[in-house]
Amino acid sequence: MFKYLPHTEEDIKAMLEVVGVNNIEDLFSEIPAELMGQDLDVPFSHSELELQRRFQDLADKNTTLIPFVGAGAYDHYTPSVIRHIIERQEFLTAYTPYQPEISQGTLQYIFEYQSHICELTGMDVSNASMYDGATSTAEAMFMAIGAKKRDKILLSKTVNPNIIEVLKTYARFRNITIDYIDSIDGETSIEDFKQKNSKEYAGIIVQSPNFYGIIENYDGYREVLDETKSLFIMNSDISTLSVLKTPREYGVDIAIGDAQALGIPLGYGGPYIGYLATTKKLMRKMPGRICGVTKDTEGKRAFVLTLQAREQHIRREKANSNICSNQSLLALFVTVYLAVMGKKGLKEAQMNSFNATHYLYEQVTSLEGFDVVFNKEFFKDCVIKTTKDVSKINELLFDKGILGPLDLELFDPTMKNYLLFSATEKRTKKEIDLLVSVLEVA
Amino acid sequence: MSKIIDGLYYANSHEWVKVEDAFAYVGITDYAQESLGEIVFVELPEEDDEISAGGELSAIESVKAASDIVSPVTGTIVMVNEELEDSPELVNEDPYENWIVKIEMENKSELEALLNAAEYKELIE
Amino acid sequence: MYYDRLIFEISNPGRKGYSLPKSEFKEYSLSNNLQRNEEPMLPEVSELEVVRHYTNVSVKNFGIEKGFYPLGSCTMKYNPKINQDLSNMPEFSLHPYAPVKAAQGVLEIYYETQRILSELSGLHTFTLNPYAGAHGELIGLMIIKAYHQKQNDLKRTKIIVPDSAHGTNPATASVAGFDVVEVKSNMDGTVNVDDLKEALNDEIAGIMLTNPNTLGIFEKDILEISSLVHEAGGLLYYDGANLNPLLGLARPGDMGFDIMHINLHKTFSTPHGGGGPGSGPVGVVEHLVEFLPKPVVKKVNNQFDIEFNNDTTIGQISHFYGNIGVVLKAYSYLLSIGKENFKHIGGLSVLNANYIKESLKDDYLLPIKGICKHEFVFDGLIDKSSHVTTLDVAKRLLDYDVHPPTIYFPLIFKEALMIEPPETESKATIDNFITIMRKVAEEARTNPELVKGAPYNTVVKRLDEATAARNPIVKFRDIES
Repeated sequence: MFKYLPHTEEDIKAMLEVVGVNNIEDLFSEIPAELMGQDLDVPFSHSELELQRRFQDLADKNTTLIPFVGAGAYDHYTPSVIRHIIERQEFLTAYTPYQPEISQGTLQYIFEYQSHICELTGMDVSNASMYDGATSTAEAMFMAIGAKKRDKILLSKTVNPNIIEVLKTYARFRNITIDYIDSIDGETSIEDFKQKNSKEYAGIIVQSPNFYGIIENYDGYREVLDETKSLFIMNSDISTLSVLKTPREYGVDIAIGDAQALGIPLGYGGPYIGYLATTKKLMRKMPGRICGVTKDTEGKRAFVLTLQAREQHIRREKANSNICSNQSLLALFVTVYLAVMGKKGLKEAQMNSFNATHYLYEQVTSLEGFDVVFNKEFFKDCVIKTTKDVSKINELLFDKGILGPLDLELFDPTMKNYLLFSATEKRTKKEIDLLVSVLEVA
Repeated sequence: MSKIIDGLYYANSHEWVKVEDAFAYVGITDYAQESLGEIVFVELPEEDDEISAGGELSAIESVKAASDIVSPVTGTIVMVNEELEDSPELVNEDPYENWIVKIEMENKSELEALLNAAEYKELIE
Repeated sequence: MYYDRLIFEISNPGRKGYSLPKSEFKEYSLSNNLQRNEEPMLPEVSELEVVRHYTNVSVKNFGIEKGFYPLGSCTMKYNPKINQDLSNMPEFSLHPYAPVKAAQGVLEIYYETQRILSELSGLHTFTLNPYAGAHGELIGLMIIKAYHQKQNDLKRTKIIVPDSAHGTNPATASVAGFDVVEVKSNMDGTVNVDDLKEALNDEIAGIMLTNPNTLGIFEKDILEISSLVHEAGGLLYYDGANLNPLLGLARPGDMGFDIMHINLHKTFSTPHGGGGPGSGPVGVVEHLVEFLPKPVVKKVNNQFDIEFNNDTTIGQISHFYGNIGVVLKAYSYLLSIGKENFKHIGGLSVLNANYIKESLKDDYLLPIKGICKHEFVFDGLIDKSSHVTTLDVAKRLLDYDVHPPTIYFPLIFKEALMIEPPETESKATIDNFITIMRKVAEEARTNPELVKGAPYNTVVKRLDEATAARNPIVKFRDIES
């Protein structure tokens, strides 16, 4: 038999006898014969060595490039200890912690994760994580719609277009209307927001740093929303909140976003991890799992999933979300990342990224044919306009082993020749200078 | 055996109503609190909210269940029992003493559609 | 020694666990009014302290490599090591905006995995973008809605869900903007064909089924059911949580299902990770392919490409292309198992389940007799005189180093204990489980208080869940204050 199947012929015989049938086929006798035994066009079994060869062949078809693009996926440094910890079988192979007595490991790191998310966002309560930053934004939209019993939402045009796409899909099927707030000079227009806001809207969704990397200032938003009792929903790459003004300081009700930038490898887009944090007032409207502290019968401190009555397995069709998992192992990943990097390391990595991106910006905009677009403060993404041919630029960079900037025309036809660059603490001066030298002659 | 109090009105969905003039106090029955188990949260509506009979008034959560409370009457919520915010377990301890909302009724004749104690007793047996 | 310290409690100002190169760049300015006022309270610990802390935290967990997980509807099979190694190869960790010519290897894996899943399930095309089973369900129901909308058949606003279904089914239908029509099942959880006929009309968009159902019973009338639903203009959704017993034997597509999701973390051996990341690929019949979420990975002239433009798609449902890291592991598993072995997976998991069922039916109440598929349900102990509940039995199993079965689900039995032994478990492991289950039944008869007080050997005893829910303490700062 195959290596993952432990049954010997004798085992099978003895077991069939207990069951009272002659052979394994008899266990499937009620399935109509016409449904059984199709010939499948699937590969034959690979031994481990053949499997390794096959994967190496496939790996060789990929080209590893030095990324100078972020736009929602950032190439930050991953400390070595993380992989060793998250691959311990106790974490990796465990099921959802429904039996708390034998899941204290998972429950404890979820509690630590929630604590970290609350520290960084300033919010009162975080759930145990969500699929990614885009779907956590969609869940925040559902949460606002459910809490306010209004079916319209305002969305800033400076939000990452992929997140907007996901919101549009989720909204369409639930008959939610999305209305957009204009952007002026790369930033959400507070004037447009003031004009459009009304009691018809459950809330507003904004992002900072926004898609263009610009750090938006939301002073004054809370007061506008209070007039209509609407909710304030803010998306951020959580790593930037080690430095930037927190959602809580802006009076946000629901803080959401991706936590990939906390050292999670690029992995061709996933698995990443979304976070969702809110106020005490909205805690019981929050989707997903939450872990809390309690005591056991002997008075020992212990951790347990709590507020489960909100969830789909109890509320069924009345639940506001159908989420029944979290990105648990990634929650452990970022928890360990934050433990290793700590208070100083996280900020240092982020400020190094900030400085590297600003150096890149300064060098590139000083070149002939490259220009400043928005005169705004940015974090680790920046937009630069060029008079040169964008696809030619990216071809030349590719030949030097560089993943060049994102062509913003792909997302917005009015942004022809606009490039979105990014650098992290992993980029050296030498690499940036190489990038600049290619751009110079492009 | 669940406790039932004479003189109250009862709904099929296990709420009780105590009438004082134009006002109705609404809570959940002993039978309902027993079925729910340890109550951990009572979601209270806002005062001045208008509610119609059969509409969702609030929700009660226990460790393992969640249940909507349906309003037995139409009217305006004039008071909510704020004590339940911090001590939801009071509903377990004495469900008839610990009302959830006080409603100013719009139409007292709606009460005729509710059950009396004997009829409710029959329902839950 | 019980270790319950939090990372914050071993933190000491001035310690650090990281090293970064000295920055080569000057410090650029950032306005004060854009910066946070207070520093976040993150830990300050050395590297060894971090490693030791999480090692001590980890040993409080149960895992597949420690012992048996007979969890119904969860398919807790062995997670092969080689899959993990291959998924960690750095060549696959590309930036999602890498041009397709730099990503041909990973795109080939995406394409080939969806093709093999199509073959195994009898559906035409899969998307691997959904992140989890529940996410897959949501995408599936969006496709049902988009299909009817395109036909301009806007009356179809209802989805039929049997009362034996997983809780996610009705929740998903509701989140996708449908009304749920719950139909009662037969005693064995199968669809009552007469009730179904009654429920079908021109307002029904579709039906969600699990086959075998949550009681491990195959819907033998599935061909009649699917033609009834199709005749009424509805579509059939297959919840792939219970695909394992049919692997390589029978295919949902051939049964008449139009849409399904697969849990790669169940049937295809990727680790559960304590609750995720999973992956929930969605497959559809040919005439629904146009509705699949974007982006779509395509094969054109032996090259792989990513397509974003499509008018009829339901839209985008993930930031990028799904949990690719999980897909790599599943592809490795698919190639390992291979054509020769797929059918043994179903066969042996079903043999394991029936063997346990027959061996324990004198102690535990078996409401549905006869051959089951990969799982079955006991309605608690036969002897209920001692008032030992299913929860008590589950907690007592913890003392014997066995993960308890799924409990109190499905809801149709009051004391449900749902058991699923995957094919990777040997007869010896299963015999040991049977011995333990009999012993617990014996204890329930002779010393019920012992069982009611369990567990005794775990790091913590039974927990006070009510206090946790009444006064939620959900972060370190709540403990401190």
